[in-house]
Amino acid sequence: MRGFIQEEQIIPFLKDGLTLMVGGFLANGSPEELISIVIESNVKDLTIVCNDGGFVVKGCGRVIALGRVKKLIASHIGTNPEVGRLMNEGSLEVELVPQGTLAERIRAHGAGLGGILTPTGLKTVVDKGKQIITLNGIEYLLEEPIKADIALLGGAIGDEFGNLRYRGTMRNFNPIMAMAADLTIAEVSKVEKELDPEMVITPHPLVDYILVGGHHHG
Amino acid sequence: MDEKVIIAKRIALELKNGDLVNLGIGIPTMVANYLSEDQAVVFQSENGIIGLGPLCEDEEEIVNAGAMGASRVPGGSFFDSATSFAIIRGGHVDVTVLGALEVDAEGSLASWIIPGKKVPGMGGAMDLVVGAKKVIIAMTHTAKGMPKILKKCSLPLTAYHQVNMIVTEMAVIEVKEDGLHLLEINPEYTIDQVIESTEAPLIIENVIPMKGMEV
Repeated sequence: MRGFIQEEQIIPFLKDGLTLMVGGFLANGSPEELISIVIESNVKDLTIVCNDGGFVVKGCGRVIALGRVKKLIASHIGTNPEVGRLMNEGSLEVELVPQGTLAERIRAHGAGLGGILTPTGLKTVVDKGKQIITLNGIEYLLEEPIKADIALLGGAIGDEFGNLRYRGTMRNFNPIMAMAADLTIAEVSKVEKELDPEMVITPHPLVDYILVGGHHHG
Repeated sequence: MDEKVIIAKRIALELKNGDLVNLGIGIPTMVANYLSEDQAVVFQSENGIIGLGPLCEDEEEIVNAGAMGASRVPGGSFFDSATSFAIIRGGHVDVTVLGALEVDAEGSLASWIIPGKKVPGMGGAMDLVVGAKKVIIAMTHTAKGMPKILKKCSLPLTAYHQVNMIVTEMAVIEVKEDGLHLLEINPEYTIDQVIESTEAPLIIENVIPMKGMEV
């Protein structure tokens, strides 16, 4: 980890057109303060990779609802009516990806893999334009890795070294996104001296910066 | 009895002691309410928990796949989404219960999009039906009087040929290689009514009254 960071030090990293990975599952484990900073920075034309479209008032859905996102890669958009509206209007491109495939495509980039072979999505619209590979008589869909410029993690508790553990189901996409971006910023609710090493889910070299939460709301 | 209750009660009878089970949103969630004391079932939820317990309103750290606060039962654990779907896709979930808009004679289902009308997305459904050992569809038999069990799905598929069982308020149907077998019917309906409400051909051999109908 490079260090603990404040809002004003995060803003310069945010630029128009970046691809951001945002952790969380229907905003459970989403980095709400980092999302607020993205909104305050006024960046636009973003690509967001997130499990879902969140809500108009919670999660990555707040950035989408403001029209700052040109593309969303997610498994589910049903909880945020603005996503559907912007998509139908033509100002937001949405790539729907089966949730397990989304997780594995993100993991693949972080793990240095060239792609993954999955049976999910075969003989559905998901397989359109994709290579089908038969191994040992079984068909699989070749799915490519997904990477990001910046990963924004939430739901975490950190330590002074930058190690992270996660609270309950807030873990979800956060640890895999931590490895799939050029820059990883985690929002933590608490900083301990040193986490029990057996409990560390994201080791500190995978985290660039930590924002200690509690300053921003909504 | 409410039709949703009929469906949930009947599906509960399919779950065996020790099964790892993933319940979808809607009628599937209700299945958990009708388990007997000797059915020690473990619930998995795709957002990253094994040992999902009853809803818990004020809980923020633990949610179910519908983002509702929930509890964890003793022995339960948390994991990331890649692990969660490795558990699902890797065949470690015994039963998944899901809703559907359409199911067809080949055991294909459509559940995630009505083009031009509603595009919620597939969420984890495509992985669940491909990976779970047994796929049970919980749905009403018809929608506004129109059959939902079709010769061939008209909506974009969630998966091809993955459904094992369909439970509706009218009947229990098993999907086999040769087609749809009518196993049980709700005594409130006749076999002819079930056939009329079903577009797909039904193979009818030994039909018994639907289990779990006793109040």
